[in-house]
Amino acid sequence: MTQQRSLVDRTGAVALGLFEFVGAVSTFGARAIVEAVRPPYEPLEILRHVYQFGYRSAPLILAAGFAIGVVLSMHTRASLERFGAEAMIPAGLAIALIRETGPLTAGLLVAGRVGAGIGAEIGAMKVTEQIDALEASAVDAFKYLAVTRIIALMIAMPLLTTMMNFAGIAGGYVAEAAVSGMSWQQYFERSFTYIAYSDIIPATLKTVVFGYLIAVVSSYLGFTTSRGTEGVGEASTRSVVMSSMLIIGSDVILVKLIFFFYPQVSG
Amino acid sequence: MSAGTSAVRFDHVSKAFGAQAILDDISFEVPAATAFCLLGRSGTGKSVTLRHIVGLVRPDSGRVFVQEQDITALAGRALADVRKHMGFLFQGAALFDSMSVGDNVAFPMRRHTDWSQAAIRERAQQKLADVGLDREFDKMPGDLSGGMRKRAGLARAMALDPKILLVDEPSAGLDPITAGEIDQLLVKTKERGTTLVVVTHNIPSARVIGDGFGVLHDGRMLASGTLEALEASQEPLVQAFMASQGGG
Repeated sequence: MTQQRSLVDRTGAVALGLFEFVGAVSTFGARAIVEAVRPPYEPLEILRHVYQFGYRSAPLILAAGFAIGVVLSMHTRASLERFGAEAMIPAGLAIALIRETGPLTAGLLVAGRVGAGIGAEIGAMKVTEQIDALEASAVDAFKYLAVTRIIALMIAMPLLTTMMNFAGIAGGYVAEAAVSGMSWQQYFERSFTYIAYSDIIPATLKTVVFGYLIAVVSSYLGFTTSRGTEGVGEASTRSVVMSSMLIIGSDVILVKLIFFFYPQVSG
Repeated sequence: MSAGTSAVRFDHVSKAFGAQAILDDISFEVPAATAFCLLGRSGTGKSVTLRHIVGLVRPDSGRVFVQEQDITALAGRALADVRKHMGFLFQGAALFDSMSVGDNVAFPMRRHTDWSQAAIRERAQQKLADVGLDREFDKMPGDLSGGMRKRAGLARAMALDPKILLVDEPSAGLDPITAGEIDQLLVKTKERGTTLVVVTHNIPSARVIGDGFGVLHDGRMLASGTLEALEASQEPLVQAFMASQGGG
């Protein structure tokens, strides 16, 4: 009986903690939206972060996209060859990349690289009193540190996703050219035969939501860091884990929404 | 602000973090253009007191007045407007480690003035020269020693010539000569009309800087007043403090 109660207590405590966390992060994210439309707008900080998150993540995104393109092409060829449909390889690969693989992979990679960075950087600022120093200097630390990063990542994500898609198509071409000798022009044309704007735009724009989620969760964890360097490490790790889970969870909802608003995409 | 008016006033301020009482019914007043030194053993609430003045911590009860304005209820831009007239040297300096030392000092000027970049750079150089760090302008905070970081933090706190300067342990980690120079700099700053609230363990330094003194113990103001009043105190802890020659 005691053991049962203890289990119930612990489950209840975990559930309460989870609700508390979700509530706090949601409030943090909602406040960020409100603050984003209020002056001052901190354009220089936003641009600095777009450079930091976007430009500096580009090599990782391009390399990963290229590798995914090569691998997807090899898998697609193995499957389609059986049906004599090798000509469909570029289109199949492009659809898979643009609709889902590119946005999701870019989101997860950015959660790992940028989310960890945001959590660690803001966390370190918290434990070394730099956030207090900003506030004491009459600067709104929430706006200066969190809102600017959230906006910057919402701008950077679709750009990185587009890069990943093109790198993937290039990787697919290299793999295909090595086997069949197909020209780039022919490959590129075939890639986009069955692609419509309704495939590209909603799928790319959903990464704006990914950017928002990564930056909100990571900033929140940074701002609530305690316990010195151990806390900073924990904030960094939790940023990656929470961001990745949120990306995967939100992706399901976003895909469902895309199917609802663009029924042709589900066909 | 004319001399004789109050720059900082605590009115029966109490503060607890969870079950732990940090400040218990603290009241004191710092007249404008004077220096008030808060003394006391570690963990007695001195830094928390400073944080109340800049609005980083709010009292559970009581009120904090800055330049006769009750800041307890202020938030957002109204609080930011009060903060623009204050400088704060944190115990660990709290330099922004993503910026160079010069950019740290220039930061408040870039945020709150419309001065040209050249004027800001020149003034930042001057402020760093005042604390003996003019050659460290382009270095990153991580490249400085603890004492140098402290001095850079002081230069940043003084960047806008604040009306009120809050200083947490100015001589901690400094050699005696540099500590003496910082004391003199603080005295000069006071003579130019800035109000100082200084948290320190260093009694010789407090004697040089301070006009008024307060001794905190277990969250209560054990004694406060002039140097003479504290030296005449019968409280054993106050006597021990005033007799101390230890540096910070």
